[in-house]
Amino acid sequence: MSRKILLKSGRVVDPSQGLDEVLDLLLVGGIVASIGKDISAPEDADVMDCSGFIVSPGLIDVHVHLREPGEEHKETIATGVQAAVAGGYTAVCAMPNTDPPIDDPAAVGFVVAEGRKAQAARVYPVGCISVQRAGENLAPIGEMVDAGAVAITDDGNPVMNSGLMRLALEYAQAFDIPVADHPEDLGLSAGRHMNESIVSTRLGLAGKPNAAEEIHIVRDLLLAELTGGHIHLQHISTEFGVDAIRQAKARGVTVTAEASPHHLVLTEEAVEGYRTDAKMNPPLRTEKDVAAVRVGLSDGSLDVIATDHAPHHYDEKESAFEDAPNGLVGLETAVGIIMTDIVGEGVIDIATMIDRMSCGPARAFGLPGGTLSEGAVGDVTVIDPNLSWTVDPNTFRSKSRNTPFVGRELKGAPHRTIVAGRTVWTR
Amino acid sequence: MSPAMASSSVPALGKDLVGLESLSQEEILMILDTAEPFKEISERRIKKVPVLRGKTIVNLFFEASTRTRVSFEFAEKRLSADTVNISATGSSVIKGETLVDTARNLEAMRIYMVVMRHGSSGAARFLADRIPSNVINAGDGRHEHPTQGLLDLLTIRDHCDRIQGLKVCLVGDILHSRVARSNIYGLLKLGAEVAVCAPQTLLPSAIGDLGVQVFKRVEEAIEWADVLNVLRLQLERMEEGYVPSLREYNRIWGVTARKLEFAPQDLLILHPGPMNRGVEIDSDVADGSHSVILNQVTNGVAVRMAVLYLLAGGQPDSAEAVKAETGS
Repeated sequence: MSRKILLKSGRVVDPSQGLDEVLDLLLVGGIVASIGKDISAPEDADVMDCSGFIVSPGLIDVHVHLREPGEEHKETIATGVQAAVAGGYTAVCAMPNTDPPIDDPAAVGFVVAEGRKAQAARVYPVGCISVQRAGENLAPIGEMVDAGAVAITDDGNPVMNSGLMRLALEYAQAFDIPVADHPEDLGLSAGRHMNESIVSTRLGLAGKPNAAEEIHIVRDLLLAELTGGHIHLQHISTEFGVDAIRQAKARGVTVTAEASPHHLVLTEEAVEGYRTDAKMNPPLRTEKDVAAVRVGLSDGSLDVIATDHAPHHYDEKESAFEDAPNGLVGLETAVGIIMTDIVGEGVIDIATMIDRMSCGPARAFGLPGGTLSEGAVGDVTVIDPNLSWTVDPNTFRSKSRNTPFVGRELKGAPHRTIVAGRTVWTR
Repeated sequence: MSPAMASSSVPALGKDLVGLESLSQEEILMILDTAEPFKEISERRIKKVPVLRGKTIVNLFFEASTRTRVSFEFAEKRLSADTVNISATGSSVIKGETLVDTARNLEAMRIYMVVMRHGSSGAARFLADRIPSNVINAGDGRHEHPTQGLLDLLTIRDHCDRIQGLKVCLVGDILHSRVARSNIYGLLKLGAEVAVCAPQTLLPSAIGDLGVQVFKRVEEAIEWADVLNVLRLQLERMEEGYVPSLREYNRIWGVTARKLEFAPQDLLILHPGPMNRGVEIDSDVADGSHSVILNQVTNGVAVRMAVLYLLAGGQPDSAEAVKAETGS
C-alpha cells in the first residue's frame, strides 16, 4: 500500500510553476500526485490542515559538511541529516573534505549508503576535484558520478592551479555536473583569520582582503567562459564578487553562485571580543559587502542560499581566535534567519526565498525536487511563518553547537519536513 | 592587609589589564601618577614594601621573554608577592594542553593574579573572561602590550613634562607589533599627535583609521617628530619576505646617526627592546644623547608595580603612603 499525505489549505508557494495561492497538495507513493483546490482525501491518507502555513517544495542545501568519515566527533551523516530535516531541508549536498576525502567511487558509495540508512534528508555526495584534494591531479570524476556524486569541489581549499581548474571545467562537462569552487587565493589569505580592515587592525589579527576572494572569482569566471563549463561559486562575500558574477551572467557564462545566511546578516563586527563562533571562511565582511550580497540574492546574481553548515566540537572553538577552526552550523537556523532578517526586512519576498532555497539549488546542481509539479518527487517543507522562537543551540540535532546566532529571536520556522512522501520531521 | 590596601574595597582599575584601548584618559593618568611614588622604592637599599604580601602571582609566558618577565618579577617581589614563573618550555603547554585547560588549572590553584604573554591576539581577554583572578596582559600576539605602552608614556612624560600636543612617531614593524597598538591608543588618549613610519609591507592596511598619520620615509618622520619610538624588526620578517634584506632595512628604515644629523637636540628616542643594533637602530643612536632606552627599563618596574597595586585594589592617593610601610 502506498503512503498518502494530503496537505490541506496551505499557502502553496512554488516559484517553479509560478504558484502562490491556497491549495491542497496530495502526495502518493513518494511523488506529487495532484495539486489543486478541494482535493478530497483518500481514505487512508494522513491529512494535515496547513492553514496559515506555507507549503514549499523541499528545501535543498547544496553546501554542508557532514564530517563523516573521519571527524565523527563534530557530526555524522546520521546527525547531520537529522539537523537538516529539523531545519526544513529535504536534501543536502555533502562536501568531500572529510578524512579521508571523498575522492573515489567507493567513498562516494559510502556517503550514499550512510545517507540512505539515516532515513531523513536525501544526501547527495559531492566528490573531490583532485585526488586527495591535493590540487594536482583530477580525481576519477566519471566513476564518482556513476556512484552518485552530483558535483565536484575541493571545498575547504580552493583549486590554486588554474590549469587544473581548466581541466576540471572541461572534463566535468561530459557528466553535466557543476564544478564548485571555494574562491580564495591562498597567497593572500593563508595564515590569516578575519576580514582585513580597521577591526582586524585593532584586534591585532591578520586579515584577509576582499581581493583574496575576488581574484579567484574572476579567474573562475574566465575559465568557465574559456571552457564552456559550469562553475558554481561558493559562499560569495564581497561586493566586487557579486558584481563580477552579475556581469559574467550577462555575458552568458554558465555560472551559479551561493550566498550564505551569515554573509547576508552579519558583519565583521561580530568578531569583536575575539568570538570564535564568528570565525569563518570567507570571513564576515563589512556593511557594504553585506548590502551587495543582499542585492545579488535579490536580483538572482546569486542563485542559491547555502548554509556552509560547518560543525566543530565545542573545545575546538573554545580557544584563542587564531587557533580556532573556521565555520558555523547553519542547517537549523537558516529558515529563521532568512525569514526574519532577509524576508522580514523586505530584501526578498517569500517566493524568492523559496526559489533560492529550493528551486535554485535543484537547478544549479541538477537535482530532483525544487518543484511541486505533478509527478515530481514528494519532497515538501511546511513552514510556519508566524512562529517566534529563540536560537538555543542545546536544542540542535546537530552534534555541534557553534553558532554566532545563539540567543537570536527569530520569526518563522519549519513546521514539517516530508521526504519522498514520508514525514521525516515535525515540530 | 596594609592600610593603603584596606582604604577602599572598590578597585581603582577593573579586574584586568588587557589593553590600553579600553582605558580612559583618567585611568591611564592614574596609573602613570601611581607609578611615580613607586619609582623611589627601586632606588632604596631594601627594595621591598608589603603591599602584596601573601598574594600569589603566576607569570605565565607562552613566548620567550627576558626583559618583560624579569621586570614583572621585580615589580611583584618589590611588592612582596609570592611569584611563580611558568614558561612554555618544559610546561604542559608544549604537551598539547589547551589555553582553557591552563586557565582552569590556575583557577583550581586559587591564584591571585596572572601575568600572561601569549602568541595569539586575544589570548589575554580569553583568559580574563574565564578566571576570577586578575589578568595582566604581558603581550598577546600582535594585539596589545599595555604595560610597555604605559612605561613608554611614563618615560616620555618624564623627559618632556607632558604628552599633550607632542608629536610621536613609531618607526618600524607596525604590522606585527603589539607595542605599536598600545602606544597608539595611549598616546592618542593623552592628546599626542601620533604617526607611524614603515615600509608599507609592515603597516596594517587600515592603520590610518586609528587616527595616526603615515610617513613613507624615516627622514620625514625625524623632521616631524618630538619623539621617535623605534620598534624591533623581528629577523624572521625578512625570511617571510616583508623586507628585501637587513642591510637595505638599515639603510632605508634604520634610525642612524647620519639621518639624525640635523635633528633637534631634544629629540627623544625610545626602543622597547630587545634591540637589533645595526638593523632598526644604530649603536651610536642607541647609546647616544637622544636615547632614553634604559630609562624605559627602569620605568618598566615602577609602572608594573603601579598596575599590580591598582588591580589589587590599592587606591591611587594612598600609593605615597605605601612607601612608608616597611617590608617584614
